[in-house]
Amino acid sequence: MGSTQLPPGTEDTLAATSAAAAAPGEPVEMVQLLGPDGKLGSDPVFSDYAKRIDPEKLRVFYTDMARIRRFDQEATALQRQGELALWVPLTGQEAAQIGSGHASQPQDYIFPTYREHGVALVRNVDLAELLKQFRGVSNGGWDPRENNFHLYTLVLAAQTLHAVGYAMGIQRDQKLAAATDSTDPKAAVIAYFGDGASSEGDVHESMVFAASYDAPVVFFCQNNHWAISVPTEVQTKVPLANRAKGYGFPGIRVDGNDVIAVHAVTEWALEHAREGRGPVLIEAYTYRVGAHTTADDPTKYRESAEEAAWREKDPLDRLESYLRAEGLADEAFFDQVKADGDELAKYVRSTTHGLEVPDIRDAFASVYAEQHPLIAEELAWFEEYSAGFESDEETAH
Amino acid sequence: MVTMTIAKAINEGLRASLTNNPKSLLMGEDIGHLGGVYRVTDGLIKEFGDERVLDTPLAESGIVGTAIGLALRGYLPVCEIQFDGFVYPAFNQITTQLAKIHARSLGKLTVPVVIRIPYGGGIGSIEHHSESPEALFAHTAGLRIISPSNAHDAYWMIQKAIECQDPVIFFEPKRRYWLKGEVDVENAGLSEDPFKAHVVREGTDATIVAYGPLVPVALAAANAATEDGRSIEVIDLRSISPLDFDTVEASVKKTGRLIIAHEAPTFGGIGGEIAARISERAFLHLEAPVIRVGGFHMPYPVAKVEEDYLPDIDKILEALDRSLAY
Repeated sequence: MGSTQLPPGTEDTLAATSAAAAAPGEPVEMVQLLGPDGKLGSDPVFSDYAKRIDPEKLRVFYTDMARIRRFDQEATALQRQGELALWVPLTGQEAAQIGSGHASQPQDYIFPTYREHGVALVRNVDLAELLKQFRGVSNGGWDPRENNFHLYTLVLAAQTLHAVGYAMGIQRDQKLAAATDSTDPKAAVIAYFGDGASSEGDVHESMVFAASYDAPVVFFCQNNHWAISVPTEVQTKVPLANRAKGYGFPGIRVDGNDVIAVHAVTEWALEHAREGRGPVLIEAYTYRVGAHTTADDPTKYRESAEEAAWREKDPLDRLESYLRAEGLADEAFFDQVKADGDELAKYVRSTTHGLEVPDIRDAFASVYAEQHPLIAEELAWFEEYSAGFESDEETAH
Repeated sequence: MVTMTIAKAINEGLRASLTNNPKSLLMGEDIGHLGGVYRVTDGLIKEFGDERVLDTPLAESGIVGTAIGLALRGYLPVCEIQFDGFVYPAFNQITTQLAKIHARSLGKLTVPVVIRIPYGGGIGSIEHHSESPEALFAHTAGLRIISPSNAHDAYWMIQKAIECQDPVIFFEPKRRYWLKGEVDVENAGLSEDPFKAHVVREGTDATIVAYGPLVPVALAAANAATEDGRSIEVIDLRSISPLDFDTVEASVKKTGRLIIAHEAPTFGGIGGEIAARISERAFLHLEAPVIRVGGFHMPYPVAKVEEDYLPDIDKILEALDRSLAY
């Protein structure tokens, strides 16, 4: 790992942790601060970053993880009741998403895949808007520019290239800003994807482009161990974090169920990117406890013992243990979190029922940004066709 | 008026856009120091630097995918895909992403990316260097597909493409790169719709529709037909999406006969779409079935036999004979 890629003074210490995995095929160590036992450990590099997280922030982490888990349960129930066409559960991945999301700054732009409901929550996306796509009333749902949180992308890995291009744009803007003495804060991009998507060619191309241009992008891979029914071992022979070395930038495996470590590592990576030191790959080692989507059945492809083992590493339980043991939260806090979650679930349920079905005319309106005669022609035909039914009704009366 | 080749006209058009739009930039393989394999971007890196003219890694999906990201950040990227047959690695990014982001965001996001693709045969090249994949893209809503046939249009259409808020695929007729023509750099002469079809030759007995590399062939066939006393109208489409059916329809209502010529295979091609639309719009004006002249349903053949594959003057004249025999 070249010293130019790391902040001054961190190379040696980082080498002592997971970031400097040795040969590509060798096992990689994992950055972990808050263990499954709820006890806080240390790391030569990332403990300094963890120290920035004050007790209030820890309570926010817990609240957000609990809220999004509750939301996930509600959305799953809504799907089972036929209110959503499909749902993509995130349970198990709360720490990876809440920890990394909170490490981002408002000026950073996020490219999610389609399971980043926790990141969406952190970025203040209205969760009812997030459900529009799954209810079949929109292919998007929110204005990406409002919270710098892009639309979900269903084609695996396509957004990793958009993220790199966007980061290249930021790079150009920053050069321009430097020339004009602008005081705009420096920005970076996070590209989320999964272990399954890591097999897609676009991930490879995005890493080549990011490395070649030193683009300020953090690749955040949630290795949740299953691409629908296919395990990670079929996607990669080497730990995913180790792949970064081949592209020439740092790769870090972090315990994805440890919200403190995820936050610390992501904050480090984003600073690295914003300061012009190039991309970073973070592999959040986690587990998708439920199904890939409500359309598949995990009992057909994996052992329940595996799920049980991962439940032992639950991200919420371990932070709760820590907060209680350190006296950072009391019973009233946890009761309040539960009440907040139920309130959110109620909100989501009622707003989902109320989500308006769009008029197909809206779809005609947004195919092109500029006037396109074929669209006008087909819309005119549709209007005439629809009007025919109206006059039939009048005649019937 | 300045005389220049189509390649030079595109080069000058790109230069004008880079000068006028500080957010525009070019990206592609070998477009910088080499100036592109056809030298269409020759000299631009010297003038605008490697921040505006990027020699990219060799990865077509990467080129288009990162261009989408740059466009989302407010830039106006112009990608070059080196040859038609190499666009397929980027097909996913173009059809599932680039074409749909505006619609998916209900109009909140625009992705004004231009993709330049030298296309078509007739230069004796090897496999994957002579294809005409325009119909594959025209079938995808959200994309605009245009192709100039002369230097003046090439100079202006590339600039209009870069100004356009929609993604545009700019198909460059590579066998016409060295065709010279007059360019009026002061006045585009394009109507309010920059991509309206153009009646390049008036006639009364039949209409030939063509675009890009086949416009000169269609004109030559029309000229040859005058020796038999026929008066043939020729339309240069210039744009495949949107397609200017009004101009074609008006012509067919005058001549009663329609021949469509393109290099791409006829099956599932643009010619079929034009034939179907014209039969809907002007059935009672047709004196003969619409006839298509295009490629066979086969992979583009080896260069030594491409003359038998490509539409030429004789094939168009044969189609005219068949049409006029009704």
